[in-house]
Amino acid sequence: MEKTNRKGEVLFSRYSRGEAIQKAISANREDVLFELRESKLKGRGGAGFPTASKWTMVAAANSPQKYIICNADEGEPGTFKDRVLLLEYPELVFDGMVIAGYVLGATKGIVYLRGEYEYMLKSLEDYLAEMKKDNLLGKDILGKKGFEFEIEIRLGSGAYVCGEETALIESLEGNRGEARNRPPYPVNTGFMGYPTVVNNVETLASVPHIVTKGGGWFAKHGTDKSTGSKLFSVSGDCEKSGVYELPWGTKISELLELVGAKNTKAVQVGGASGTCIPKSQFERTLAYEDAATGGSIMIFDESRDMLHVLKNFMEFFVEESCGQCTPCRIGNTKLLEGVEMIEKGEFTFGYINQLKDLGKTMQIASKCGLGQSSPNSFISILENFRDEIFSGRSCSNNGKGGKHGK
Amino acid sequence: MLVLERNSMTEEIEHLVEKYGKDRSSLMPILQDIQRKHKYISDFAQQEIARVLDIHPVEVYSVISFYAFLNTKPKGRNIVRLCQTITCDMHGKDEVAKAIERELGIKFGNTTKDNKFTLEYANCLGMCDQGPAMIINERVFYKLTPEKAVEILNGIK
Repeated sequence: MEKTNRKGEVLFSRYSRGEAIQKAISANREDVLFELRESKLKGRGGAGFPTASKWTMVAAANSPQKYIICNADEGEPGTFKDRVLLLEYPELVFDGMVIAGYVLGATKGIVYLRGEYEYMLKSLEDYLAEMKKDNLLGKDILGKKGFEFEIEIRLGSGAYVCGEETALIESLEGNRGEARNRPPYPVNTGFMGYPTVVNNVETLASVPHIVTKGGGWFAKHGTDKSTGSKLFSVSGDCEKSGVYELPWGTKISELLELVGAKNTKAVQVGGASGTCIPKSQFERTLAYEDAATGGSIMIFDESRDMLHVLKNFMEFFVEESCGQCTPCRIGNTKLLEGVEMIEKGEFTFGYINQLKDLGKTMQIASKCGLGQSSPNSFISILENFRDEIFSGRSCSNNGKGGKHGK
Repeated sequence: MLVLERNSMTEEIEHLVEKYGKDRSSLMPILQDIQRKHKYISDFAQQEIARVLDIHPVEVYSVISFYAFLNTKPKGRNIVRLCQTITCDMHGKDEVAKAIERELGIKFGNTTKDNKFTLEYANCLGMCDQGPAMIINERVFYKLTPEKAVEILNGIK
């Protein structure tokens, strides 16, 4: 993959390896936590939990062992920012983990790398070996007596649900990747029962910048409630797909212009589990308080058949549902059947409305984020594109999409 | 399985357990290593792993059956996984799939007679900006066209 010169005000700003570790270990843990709190950094995986709260809970826990886990199980359709961070900016991710180790009092960090990214493993392990040589890992890091930290990389094996933090921990422990009941949360009972912080790759990559440049500096970017910047993985119908760093609060229309998207009909914000936004709402902003996303932006132009898009998403969820809870296992299957009925033109509006209600039940009753969010696209696409979908056009072209000849 | 093969599998598993530790949390790395080398995890291997880790064989089977990249039935020497998720789909996944199927003479989900390739679909590979994409064993290929995909397959031993 070509490395490009990336521009950005926060994450892609200048940083050299070890800089933030040096600064962090010469300060108190409390000072680092204070900066993190000031930055108002929220989890970048999509859920948006305040990072400082997670860290504070684990830092305060009295336990013989604690863990920091980097969630690199980037499986959400349309997301590839972590791929770019790990390949081009490993120093940010790993330094972030070392700082977490220092603040939390953890001696071990684990990167859970999705199986699909196994091709990165060699370069990441080489990078860790270099860090060890430079005394950024190992014992007495940078001369700080008693500060010990190791990073291990573990691979996933092709299960989307393992991006959910408790499923990820189950997988690391050698079990099926099935989500746990919460509470207890991983900050209390995590990996091997010890207090554990699970952070997204991008969250950890933000930490070194916050440490070197200050929480106030970080919070100046973005909006009040969504501070800092975000990496957006842009794909679909546009001229310049790729990863963009933009401040939170950027309008969808601004982003579309930046990436050279023309005749855009719909933007799927937040991946298959996100919502589909129609043209009339392109003035909405990308932020936790408006259109929230873990970074996935998929663009569909006028030639695309939205029912075909929806079917692709529902097939995805039927395959990836882990099957342990009924709302998700059966619910997704029923939603997919509904899409197929519409495709064939063999549906009643009454039944489709029932399925939308089922979707709302799944959002409440499913055990983990997968089933809670999988009906989002079903509901939003059928609501926002009902004219197109129910006008019969999608039946006439056999449910296949558009000018690209499918 | 021949006795010799069994012995060598046992030896391999014992070696892996030594490397990763005799602990339940070593199960995934052990399974992944066996999968990578043999392209499947045989009944015998499952039993041996269970014996050495001191867990029930059903536990091992249950973990294997959960993960898309682990399997209990033999597969080809090279596993081709073509991304089927939406953006790769929009950028011509179907044409690439058809070209590969024509060239190898098998449909997705099957293995070639010479045991060289197994064709599978995978969900989002994280290459959405450069689709269509596929992974062969551990290597990723992107911006595929039907012709390029076939060329890549022909270049594999």
